[in-house]
Parts: sequence; structure tokens; C-alpha cells
Amino acid sequence: MKVTLRNPTRELEFPGPKSIVALLQDLDLNRESVLVIRGGTLVPGDALLADDDEVEIRPVISGGAA
Amino acid sequence: MKCQVCRGPAVIDVRRHNANFCAEHFCKLVRDQTAKAIEEHEMLAPGDRVLVAVSGGKDSLALWDLLDELGYEADGLYLGLGIGGYSDRSGAAVRAFATRRGLTLHEVDLRADHGYDVPTAAAVTRRSPCSACGLSKRHLFDRAALEGGYDAVATGHNLDDEAAVLFGNTLRWQTEYLARQHPVLPARPGFPRKVKPLVRLGEREMAAYCVLRGIDYIVEECPMAEGNKHLGYKEALNEIEARSPGSKQAFYAGFLARAVDRFADAAPDHAEGGETASCDRCGVPTTSGTCAFCRLVERAAGAQPVALTRKGRPIDA
Ligand code: SF4
Ligand SMILES: [Zn+2]
Ligand SMILES: [Zn+2]
Repeated sequence: MKVTLRNPTRELEFPGPKSIVALLQDLDLNRESVLVIRGGTLVPGDALLADDDEVEIRPVISGGAA
Repeated sequence: MKCQVCRGPAVIDVRRHNANFCAEHFCKLVRDQTAKAIEEHEMLAPGDRVLVAVSGGKDSLALWDLLDELGYEADGLYLGLGIGGYSDRSGAAVRAFATRRGLTLHEVDLRADHGYDVPTAAAVTRRSPCSACGLSKRHLFDRAALEGGYDAVATGHNLDDEAAVLFGNTLRWQTEYLARQHPVLPARPGFPRKVKPLVRLGEREMAAYCVLRGIDYIVEECPMAEGNKHLGYKEALNEIEARSPGSKQAFYAGFLARAVDRFADAAPDHAEGGETASCDRCGVPTTSGTCAFCRLVERAAGAQPVALTRKGRPIDA
């Protein structure tokens, strides 16, 4: 799957399927400080991402990065 | 994950409410919380004309959307700060939003209208960029609100912002600041009422609201925002929040309910309308002579514009 991170914008590849929880753990991100976005809408925390998914991980803390 | 209200598929969990929501019911929650803050702190009366300070970021665009949805006559004011490409992109986001929603947007450009920009003002006055910027914003928002006959200026400060400021003020027992940390400041001669309708909503909720409402805000940050103390306080509070959801809300709401009035004696006179003079340039109430904004303009306007730097190093924005 293609994962876009912001501030600064960069892209990473991960093999799927993978849960949101596992992905955020791999990236060492707190679930409270980011949103996962796919196709313009939010992906719920219990979702499983497929190998061909494209998601954005967006920081929500002003002054923060993800 | 199922929506607490309709049992349909949920898109977001809000741990401090111990609940999950679908898009529709999450947006309703955000609207209800905004209305509740406005009501419990008597920020606005029905039909008030509100000037919303819009930066292009998630909080201010969401606030504008919410006040409009709640039936207030809400116009936006965008200040062009002259902070390189960041200002160009944030201005474009605000204009696109206003056009799409058919909302009235006012603009003031520091360089075009007042002859300076934030980086130059910071350099010539040896203030931090945020201090020069904050001074400019306060003065120009107050002026625009009074001249435009608005009942209040609304800003997008959210629960995380207010809890972080409170945490910093409490760590150092800055009683003078604690005394003034209210989500609404009443109008007084020369100054409009100021309100913060998002104080019951966290940062994650505001970003989620924007995504679900299709609000195209700028995710990038102002390049002048140093990785500052404020951010450290937010992170510390989020660590506590992760272990004990609801802590930020309890900290801030408890302060307003049970503590802030105890610091009333510490409020400095000038915050209570003790200005005894009028600025000899612009006429705003001030403590003496020329107000801080006019002194800033006097020194910065006409100065050679400086390149963007952070801590002395050039930055590319
Ligand atoms: S980070 Fe500082 S300079 Fe940038 S917009 Fe905010 S107050 Fe102004
Ligand atoms: Zn629902
Ligand atoms: Zn003045």
C-alpha cells in the first residue's frame, strides 16, 4: 500500500493487508494525533488496509508532523 | 465500529465521549458542541454579525462553516502576512472556500495596505515573528470589526490550544495570564467582543470535521512556528489523554468552572479597560502616546524587506 505522510510530504510503501493499529505502530504514531484518510474520507481505526490501498496519514496537531 | 446514534458504520471514534460516529452524526456532534460553548459562555446572541479570523487552517475554516451553519451572519477576514509561499497558499485556500460557500471575505494585506510583512517587522523590531504577527493580528482584527460594525470577532482556538496555554501558565503560575484566560472577552471602548466557540472540541475532531465536510484547508504549517513550548505542552497533554481520555476537557473546563475567578485580582489594569489615552496616530485606546501597532508600522514600513529566516537560518517557504 502507498502511505503519504505530511509536513513534509513524503511517501512510503507497506505490504498489505495491514490494520490501521499496526501501521501506526510501525510508524510510531499516536492514534490521537493523526487521521487516516482514504479516497477523501476517514478510515475507521478498526479497518484493515489492502495491499493496493492508497492512504494519507495527516497530523492533526498544529505545529506537529507525521 | 458502529455509530452510537444510528448503528450504521462509524468512521471515527471519540474516546473522551467513549463513542463512535458515522459522518452525519459526527458532524452533528461538532455542531452541537459549538452551539453549547456559545450558549454556556454567552458568546453570541442569535443573529449576531460575527467577523471570523480565517487563516486557511482547519480550525478557522471549520469555525466559519459552523457559524454559518448555526445561522450567524459570519463574514471572514484574512490577513496577508507576507510569509512567502505559505501566505500565498493559505490565502488561496481561504478564497476558494469563501467562493464555494458564497461567504463574504474581507482581506487586509500587510505589505500592500501597511507597507510591511511579518518577517521584516520581526527583524527590524527584534521581536519574534509570532509576536510581531500577533500584535498585527489583534490590532487589525479589532479595527476591522469595529469599522465593519460586527458584534464580535471569532477565532478558531480549540480545546487543545486552550489546554496547552493553560498548562503553560499553570506550570509557571502566571496569574496575570490565568486571570485573562476566558473563552469570551467582553467588548469595551475601542475593542470588540472576542469569542472562541471551538473550546469544547479537540484538534483531532476539527481536522476530522474538515475531512468529512469536504473543507480543503492547508495542512502545512506556518514556517515561522518554531517547534515551540506550546507544542511540547500539547504532546505532554496528549500522553495523559491517551491514558485517561477526557483529561484535557476536565483540566480546561474545571479551570473555567472553579478556578479562573480566583485569579481576578491578578488581572492588570490595562486588560480591564484602564487605557487612559488614545493613540496619537490611529486613535485606539492606549496607555500613552503611540500604540504598539503604530510604533511597529513606523519602524517596519519602508524598511528593506528581509528574507524568511528561522533562528537566523534562511528557510524556503
Ligand atoms: S506561527 Fe507565528 S508568524 Fe506564523 S501565523 Fe502563527 S503567529 Fe503568525
Ligand atoms: Zn450515525
Ligand atoms: Zn495606533
